[in-house]
Amino acid sequence: MDKEFAARRRRDLIIAALLAAIAAATPLFVKDVVVQNILILTLMYAGLSQSWNILSGYCGQISLGHALYFGLGAYTTELLFTKFGVLPWFGMLAGGVVSALIAMGLGYPFFRLRGHYYVIATIVIAEIGLLLFHNWEWAGAAMGITIPIRGDSWLKFQFLRTKLPYFYFALALCCLAWFVTWWLENSKWGFWWRAVKDNPDAAESLGVDVFNSKMGAAAVSAFLVAVGGSFYAQFVSYIDPESVMGFQFSLLMALPAVLGGIGTLWGPVLGAAILIPLTELTRFKFGGSGRGVDLIVYGTLIVLISLALPRGLLSLFSRPKKTGAVR
Amino acid sequence: MTALLETRGVWQRFGGLVANSDVSISVGRGEIVGLIGPNGAGKSTLFNLIAGVLPPTQGSILFDGEDVTHMPAAERCQRGVGRTFQVVKSFETMTVIDNVIVGALVRNTVMREARRKAHEVLEFTGLAARAHVLASDLVPAEKRRLEVARALATEPKLLLLDEVLTGLTPTEAQTGVALVRKVRDAGITVLMVEHVMEIVMPLVDRAIVLDLGKVLVEGKPNDVVRDPKVIKAYLGDRHAVGA
Repeated sequence: MDKEFAARRRRDLIIAALLAAIAAATPLFVKDVVVQNILILTLMYAGLSQSWNILSGYCGQISLGHALYFGLGAYTTELLFTKFGVLPWFGMLAGGVVSALIAMGLGYPFFRLRGHYYVIATIVIAEIGLLLFHNWEWAGAAMGITIPIRGDSWLKFQFLRTKLPYFYFALALCCLAWFVTWWLENSKWGFWWRAVKDNPDAAESLGVDVFNSKMGAAAVSAFLVAVGGSFYAQFVSYIDPESVMGFQFSLLMALPAVLGGIGTLWGPVLGAAILIPLTELTRFKFGGSGRGVDLIVYGTLIVLISLALPRGLLSLFSRPKKTGAVR
Repeated sequence: MTALLETRGVWQRFGGLVANSDVSISVGRGEIVGLIGPNGAGKSTLFNLIAGVLPPTQGSILFDGEDVTHMPAAERCQRGVGRTFQVVKSFETMTVIDNVIVGALVRNTVMREARRKAHEVLEFTGLAARAHVLASDLVPAEKRRLEVARALATEPKLLLLDEVLTGLTPTEAQTGVALVRKVRDAGITVLMVEHVMEIVMPLVDRAIVLDLGKVLVEGKPNDVVRDPKVIKAYLGDRHAVGA
């Protein structure tokens, strides 16, 4: 029985390595910039959604305010870079740490809330963050920050002539988030999180530190999302509050996981692989004015999925329940 | 030797309602003690106070010589208090073995050891064949058994069983009784809340009867069931006079 379990863990790891290798090779065949752009965003959202899934999927604390951490990552990196000349690589780490600390600071009061009240609190806090940055003169207020481009440089992580470095960074981020999830899944934290999600009272009676479980999940989740935010800021080289902290980011982190299978190892990747190209293509096809169309498309998709497959697309692939192979 | 568990003058008030008034009981090491009483007697409240779900309004609770009155449930579990819930609270999206691993992690920090311990407990409780089934797919009697397994995986000194035998078929209840004996033989003290007198009485070493939040009678099961006060509490005055 344990052999079966170990084999499954190993199989997951091998599949991930294969997928990563295939993804790494795609730029050899895909030269079209538009398509490359879509691939980069898909990988980024897969990584973000995977990170969101740690807190909301595994630990069950549904957050619709992760845009806050995404934006904090972006702003920390760019403020440090433009004001103090700190290289984005360090800014990225700083952004992650700042976000993790803020996530825990917010968790302190809010993890005492249960169910829907927690979700509402996350939305409200992210909106407050958005408003603060809108009015914060030093951070560029509504004008935002333009990142000065001085040519291609790995040191400053900025590239004009090629998108490939961004592509590989997004791939690395996605792999990192997946691997962290894989690793935590079979750890004390992973078990604690799932127990907290399913039944906090029972978890408590079994010695689980419910409050600190949530804090830990929030910190890991916020850190990874902030790294994604830093990356995005470098990628688009211009940030303003709406473009890195808007509510749509919170949704775009949650939806792939929900679509693919919330609280599962592969759900976010699968969901992002379907949702993000679809969003980008509809947006591309219907032009700038078609912003609403992509929302309609994936809104419909979510409704259909939640009606037909409430446990996400991934449940299509799992063997019948009785074998116990369902995750 | 001191008692494993002791409550000293415990009171619990919910607004105007007094659920426990001045309850002092003790449970010795290696005993099986039954906590019985009619509906609304305050059994579940006392049980929750002992498990650490909430602190008593007044009084103190000692476990293994330590004052645990204000200790949260998770810490009491680390000290050696295991419990089940009257309304089963399985981790429904997790498999049976994963449910038990959560409990085993209290004393085993290495995953492989926790998993091994969990398998051991499943063997002990007769759930081994169901290890890889989702908890939500278990039948009610198995879910009760899983509650016990999970609590046992925490390697408790004291196991609190909240109506684990209630609502089972006679055969299921008998296997349950056998399991409780097996638990005690493994050196674990048991305090159980039960309704079904005919099943509990032969099982327990000592019975404590609660009525209207107070300890009514305490003693050997045979003496307790014959006590006029107990009969009165359960069946009313008419029957007590008849006895």
